Amino acid sequence: MKLSLKKVDLILGSYSNEEYKILFEMLSRNSDEILKDLIESGLKGRGGAGFPTGLKWKLCAEAVSDDKYIICNADEGEPGTFKDREILDRVPKRVLAGMALAAKVTGAAKGYIYLRAEYSFLVNKLQKELEEFHKILKSNNIKFNVEIFMGCGAYICGEETALLQSMEGKRGEPRNKPPFPTTTGYLGKPTVVNNVETLVSAFMVCRIGPEEFKKLGIQGSSGSKLFSVSGDTPKPGIYDLEFGLSLAEFVDEFGDGDTKAVQVGGASGFCVPRKKFNETTIGYRGGLTGDSLPTGGSMMLFNSSRSMYNILRNYLDFFAEESCGQCTPCRIGCQQLKNGIEAVKKGEKDPEYLNQLLKLSDTMKITSKCGLGQSVANSFSSIVTNFTEEMIY
Amino acid sequence: MENYITLTIDNREVTVPEGTSILQAAHKAKVNIPTLCYHEDLCVAGNCRICVVEVEGSRTLTASCSTPASNGMVIHTSSPVVRNARKDIIALLVSEHNTQCTTCYRSLNCELQSLAAEYNVDNTRYLSVLKPNIQVDRSSWSIEKDDSKCVRCQRCVRTCSELQHVNAITVAHKGKDMKISTFMDLPLNEVVCVNCGQCVIHCPTGALTERRYYDDIWEAIGDPNKHVVINTAPSVRVALGETLDYPPGQRVTGKMVAAMKKLGFDSVLDTDFTADLTIMEEGSELLLRLKKAFRDKENVALPMISSCSPGWVKYIEHMYPEHLDNLSTCKSPQQMFGTLAKTYYAHKIGVKPEDIVSVSVMPCAAKKYEANRPEMKASGFQDIDAGLTTRELGRMIRQAGIDFGKLEDEKFDSMMGDSSGAAVLFGATGGVMEAALRTVYEIVTGRPVPFKNLNIMAARGLEKIKETSILLKGCKPEWDFLEGVELRVAVAHGLKNARTIMEQIKRNESPYHFIEIMACPGGCIGGGGQPIPTNDAIRKKRIAAIYAEDEGKEIRKSHENPEIVQIYKDFLPEGPLGKKSHKLLHTHYTKRNRY
Repeated sequence: MKLSLKKVDLILGSYSNEEYKILFEMLSRNSDEILKDLIESGLKGRGGAGFPTGLKWKLCAEAVSDDKYIICNADEGEPGTFKDREILDRVPKRVLAGMALAAKVTGAAKGYIYLRAEYSFLVNKLQKELEEFHKILKSNNIKFNVEIFMGCGAYICGEETALLQSMEGKRGEPRNKPPFPTTTGYLGKPTVVNNVETLVSAFMVCRIGPEEFKKLGIQGSSGSKLFSVSGDTPKPGIYDLEFGLSLAEFVDEFGDGDTKAVQVGGASGFCVPRKKFNETTIGYRGGLTGDSLPTGGSMMLFNSSRSMYNILRNYLDFFAEESCGQCTPCRIGCQQLKNGIEAVKKGEKDPEYLNQLLKLSDTMKITSKCGLGQSVANSFSSIVTNFTEEMIY
Repeated sequence: MENYITLTIDNREVTVPEGTSILQAAHKAKVNIPTLCYHEDLCVAGNCRICVVEVEGSRTLTASCSTPASNGMVIHTSSPVVRNARKDIIALLVSEHNTQCTTCYRSLNCELQSLAAEYNVDNTRYLSVLKPNIQVDRSSWSIEKDDSKCVRCQRCVRTCSELQHVNAITVAHKGKDMKISTFMDLPLNEVVCVNCGQCVIHCPTGALTERRYYDDIWEAIGDPNKHVVINTAPSVRVALGETLDYPPGQRVTGKMVAAMKKLGFDSVLDTDFTADLTIMEEGSELLLRLKKAFRDKENVALPMISSCSPGWVKYIEHMYPEHLDNLSTCKSPQQMFGTLAKTYYAHKIGVKPEDIVSVSVMPCAAKKYEANRPEMKASGFQDIDAGLTTRELGRMIRQAGIDFGKLEDEKFDSMMGDSSGAAVLFGATGGVMEAALRTVYEIVTGRPVPFKNLNIMAARGLEKIKETSILLKGCKPEWDFLEGVELRVAVAHGLKNARTIMEQIKRNESPYHFIEIMACPGGCIGGGGQPIPTNDAIRKKRIAAIYAEDEGKEIRKSHENPEIVQIYKDFLPEGPLGKKSHKLLHTHYTKRNRY
C-alpha cells in the first residue's frame, strides 16, 4: 500500500521489550526537565479538545495535595474512532510509561485506566501487562500503582469530569468547571486525565526530544497523530500521519474517487464538503489560512451514494440518546434538532425552519454545560448549511 | 484574611470576597439574573442554564450560579446574545412541558410560567417533545408527582438527598429519557419517601404538589348531616397570609379563624390545644423515663425523642428502626385532636362521632399520610378525615371569594380552642423543647423555668443542632432523685441534622435526655405544606411571628391552659399517662426497610 502522505510511525512503531528500560532512564531525570520538554514540544491532547498536555501536568504538579491521580481516558466512544483500542492492544507498555511519567511530574502515586465497556476483551492482556509493570516499578523502588476501571457504556463518560463522577460511583454527568480536574479531580484531589494516545505521545516526546517532535506537524499543531479512517474508502484503518495535512491530500490518498464529504472528528466534529477540501487543514487553529479542523482522529469519508440527511439524523439520534440529560440546551436541543429535520423532510415544517434550528444549534454551542452539547452544532451546522437541498428534498 | 476582587457587572463595579459566584456578585450589585435550578437552600447544580451571562473574552456564555467571579471580569447580564439564549432555553423547556396551565395547581406560582412571560415565549417556537401518556403518580397520601410538568432542575433530588438524607427520588436514565424517578421506578408510596414535602416546596413548577383534599371538604361542608370541625396548626397562622398576598411573617390568626367560619365549618378549633395536651403527656412521659432511669435504675430508652413530626417518625422507622423505643409514644397534636374530636368533643356537643368530619390544616405534607396510618383509629373511626396544607386553606379561601384582608378578627370556638403561648411555639424549631421545659421544670421544682420572660433562647434559631442543659435544683420531695441532675437536651431540624443526632445515639455517645426533632428545616414554619417560596429569610420572618404570638398570650405554659385542666378533670381523670390517655393519645411504631 503506497502512501503519498508523509507517513510517520511514532506511536506504534519500533515497539520492543526495552520500553520500560527507556522509561527508567527518563525517570532518573528531573521533573522540571521533563515538564520543560513537554511544554516545548507543544504537544496537545489527542482526545480531540487539544488542551496543552505540558500545561495540564504543570497545573496538577503545582496543586498542593497528599493524594493525586493519573487517569488514562480509554473510554474511546466518538463514532468513527478506534485508535486507542489499537494502542492499548499493540503498545500497552508505552501507555503505562506515559502514565508513570505523568505520575513522576505531578507527584501522583495512583493511576487508573478508565476502559470503555466494549473493550473488555483487552482486560486480561492489560492485567498481565500491569503485573509486569508493577513488578518492575517495585524493583526500581518507584511507588506507582495502576488499576483498570471499567466504564459502563455511556458516551458522556469520555468527558473527563463525567468520567470522574462515574469513577466515584455517581451518575456519569459532567461537573461545573471551574474547578478543573487538575486541582479538583478524582475524589476532589488533583488529577490528570489524559487520552491514551496523549500519554504515549508524551512518552515519545521525552524519548525523541521536543526538537525532533516539533519537526513533525505545523506551527500550533506539532507532531503526528493516529487517524481512524473509515467510511467509503478502499483502505480503512489506522494511520499515523503528520499534523497539518490538507484535506485534499487526505482524500487523494484515502478517497474512492467519489468522495463528497469528510466528517472530521466524528459525530461531534465538522463535515467538510468537496468544494472545501482544498482550503481545509487538519490541525489546531494557529497561523493557518483557511479552515483548520481539530480531530480526535476520526475521519469518515462519504461518497455520493450517501444521504447526508440520513447521516445527520443518525448523529442526532445518537446525541439525543447519549446526552447525559442534565442541562436544558443539550437534553432538549438534541431532540429538537432531530425532530426538526425530520419534520422538514416530511414537509410538516417549512424549509425556513432549518434557520430556526441553526440558531438553536448556536444557542446550544454557547450555553451547554459541557463539550457534548457545545459540539452538536459542529456537525449540525456544517451538514445543514453545506447540504441544505438534501435536508429538504 | 479574606481576599477581595473587583469586577464589572452591567457597567457597575462591584467588590466581593474571592469565591463569590457571579450570581451572588450580581445580587450585590443589585442586578437581577433569572434562575431556575438555583435555590438558596441547595448546592449549585448549574443545569438549567437560564442564568447564563456574557463574560468578555469567553468563547461561550457562562452559567452565573456555578462560576466564581474573578478579578477584572467584565460581565453583561442582559445583552441581546444573553437574552436570545435565555429565550431559546425557555422555549426548549416549554416544548418539553405540559402547558395546560389553566388546570395547574401551581399556575401563577410557577417559575417556568413567569420566566416564559418575562421573556415573551410561547409554545410555538419548537415542536412539542413532551412524552405522551405520562401518568401522574397519585399513589402517596401526601404527594403527587406529575412528570409532564417536570423541568429536570433536580431541586427535588438535591432536597431529598442534601437537606433530608432520604434519597427517595433521584435521576434515572439519560438523554431524552432522563427523568426524576424512584428506586426501580416504584410508586412513591412504596419507597422510602417520608412524605415531608420538602421536594414540593422546592419544586419550581407543578411537577410535585401535595395531594389535595379540598374538594372532599367542600362536599362535607355542604352535607347537612355532617358536623365538620377544623383545627389549625400553630405555624399556619404565621404563613397563611403569604398565600393571600400578605408579606412573610404577618400573623393572621384572627382573620384565619374568621375565614374558616365563613367557609362554613361547624366548629373552628385549634391544634394548639392538643399541642398543650402533647406537652402534658410527653412531659410526663419524659419524667417517667427519668424516674425509671434515676430512681429505679431500670434500663429505659434515653434520650427520649419527640414524635410530633410525622415525616421524622417515618424517617426513623425506615432508617433507625432499632431505635424506635427512643421515640415518645405520644401521638402528634393532629392525631390527639382527631381522637378527641370523635370522643370527648362529640360526646360534649351530643353529635354521633360517625357524623363528625375532622379536618386539620397543617404546614405539612406528611400529616396527610399520618392521618391515614392504619393505627390512627383510636376513636373507633378514622380520627382525622382529611389533612389540608396551608396552601390548600389559602386556595379554599380564594375559591370562596372571601376578601381576606377585610375580615374582622374572630376567636376560636371553645372546648378545644384555647391554647397557651407554649403551644404556639410548636411551629418553630426548638418550640416543643421550650414548651416542654416550661412545664417539666415547673412540675419538678414548683418554680417557672429560670429564664427571662420564660424565653429559652438556646432552643431558638436556625442553627443546625442546638443543645442546652438546665440544672434541676430545689426539686419537690417527690422528684428529689432528680436533685442536681443536669437535664441535657438537643434540638434538630431537617432530617440531615436528625441523622447526625441518630448516628450519635447509634454509637451510644448521645449525652442527652430529651431531643426534639422536626423533619423540616426551620421546623413546621418551613414545612412541606407551607407557602412557596420558602427560604431562610422567609423562615426567619415566620419564626419571629411565632415568638410574637407566644409573647402576646396571657397564658404561656401548657399546664395552665384552663381547657387542659378541664379535659383532665372531665375526661381523663387518671391524668397524663393514665389508661385512657394511653389508649387515645399514645401510639406505637412500625419497623420499616431502608428501601
